Amino acid sequence: MSDILRIASFTVAMAALATLVILPPGVALAWLLARRQFPGRMVLATLVSLPLVLPPVATGLILIRLLGRRGPLGILLEPVGIEVMFTRLAVVLAMAVMGLPLLVRAAQAGFEQVDRRYEQIAATLGAGPVRVFFTVSLPLAGRGVAAGALLGFSRALGEFGATILLAGALPSTRTIAVAIFTYNETGQEAAATAMVAVSATIAFGALFLSNRLATSGPWRPAS
Amino acid sequence: MMRLTMVFLALSLVLAACALPGEDGRPTRRDRPLLVSAAVSLSGVMETLTTDYTRRTGTAVELNLAASTVLAIQIIAGARVDLFVSADLFQMDRVAAEGLIRSGTRVDLLSNQLVVVVPADVTASVTSPAMLLQPMFGRIAVGDPDGVPVGVYARAYLESVGLWDRLKVRLVPGRSARAVLATVEVGAVDAGIVYRTDARSSDGVREVFEVPVAEGSAISYPAALTTQGTNPAAAEQLLRYLQSAKARAVFEQAGFIVPESQQ
Repeated sequence: MSDILRIASFTVAMAALATLVILPPGVALAWLLARRQFPGRMVLATLVSLPLVLPPVATGLILIRLLGRRGPLGILLEPVGIEVMFTRLAVVLAMAVMGLPLLVRAAQAGFEQVDRRYEQIAATLGAGPVRVFFTVSLPLAGRGVAAGALLGFSRALGEFGATILLAGALPSTRTIAVAIFTYNETGQEAAATAMVAVSATIAFGALFLSNRLATSGPWRPAS
Repeated sequence: MMRLTMVFLALSLVLAACALPGEDGRPTRRDRPLLVSAAVSLSGVMETLTTDYTRRTGTAVELNLAASTVLAIQIIAGARVDLFVSADLFQMDRVAAEGLIRSGTRVDLLSNQLVVVVPADVTASVTSPAMLLQPMFGRIAVGDPDGVPVGVYARAYLESVGLWDRLKVRLVPGRSARAVLATVEVGAVDAGIVYRTDARSSDGVREVFEVPVAEGSAISYPAALTTQGTNPAAAEQLLRYLQSAKARAVFEQAGFIVPESQQ
């Protein structure tokens, strides 16, 4: 039982970390896609969403071939003393890649719902683009960003295919999804069932919150 | 709502802070535990044996337990695995073909045997493979014959006794021996072909036929040191321990066959 709680809290912590990691680039990407026209915009949007539709194992294969010690990025990282495979970094990375598309899509929708006039008014009053972003766009898109962060977090919680390849199924990297697989494969049905229940509960909470944020409409400044 | 999200994020951060330190003082290469990648079907025995090995020698062992395919891909990508124990000859060959096996270290550690199982509450007697043609065995679960080892072995056996073509239409492929076992346990199929070790591990199935070892194709669990390990001396010691009398007893207790050459 203590094993189950330990694995669950480890997974929640890693998923939260992954969500924090993707938050700055994810929000930047979402804003860029919602507000700017530039060459390759559609290509970028498609690339970001790719992990959503690729089989997770395929994403895992791409990651492991890039980041493994024999991969092009792994070779660059080794001299600096960074090893990705079988570490917590691998867990966070796999989760981050899988969570990013969900964050970006929801946050992009959030930015698109922001009335451009507010941004324009702020600009005419002398606010620079950075100030407009932080004082007008981001607060108004806050719900979308928060909903996206929670969606990404939920996806990260359940990540299996890419995680088991990149992070392995070691005691030190075992997430809820990997533990469910291991318990099932070794016939420990009671443990597997308990793990499924814990996982469903956490995911329900995060998704519930995300849905409430997403469906309650864009926040409008009080008049 | 925003406040709720903030509370949630803050809670997650606290959790992250609690979970992150601890063992994160990254071990230096020297005191890094021995990293053993073993097929998930060996989980029970490998956990017992490596625990005992650590108790005897003081050398810590970390077990990476997954499908042999996954383990092979990881090693090929550069994982610092000291010892690889595969449930699949092909995956070991694949790693060897990349030049990642330390020469002279590969052994056929274990063997297994195919058995026919039925749900525990079914009475059936099977004294020859041809009896699988009886109508009561309308659906037979097997490992996917195109790649899951237990299915590849089952196909080879059924072909060798001339039953493959007639039984083919009744076969329900599963993606692992464990998945096959589960479909038999719940009675979704009338019978299944699994390893003897799987049959032993389950109360939900009954063994009705054992494929004679001489007739089935040789089932092998090869083990070898990889060239990427950080502690070859200890890995070699562990591999020797896995071939000891003490280890043999544990393997045989679980239903594995320890090849003659090692006895």
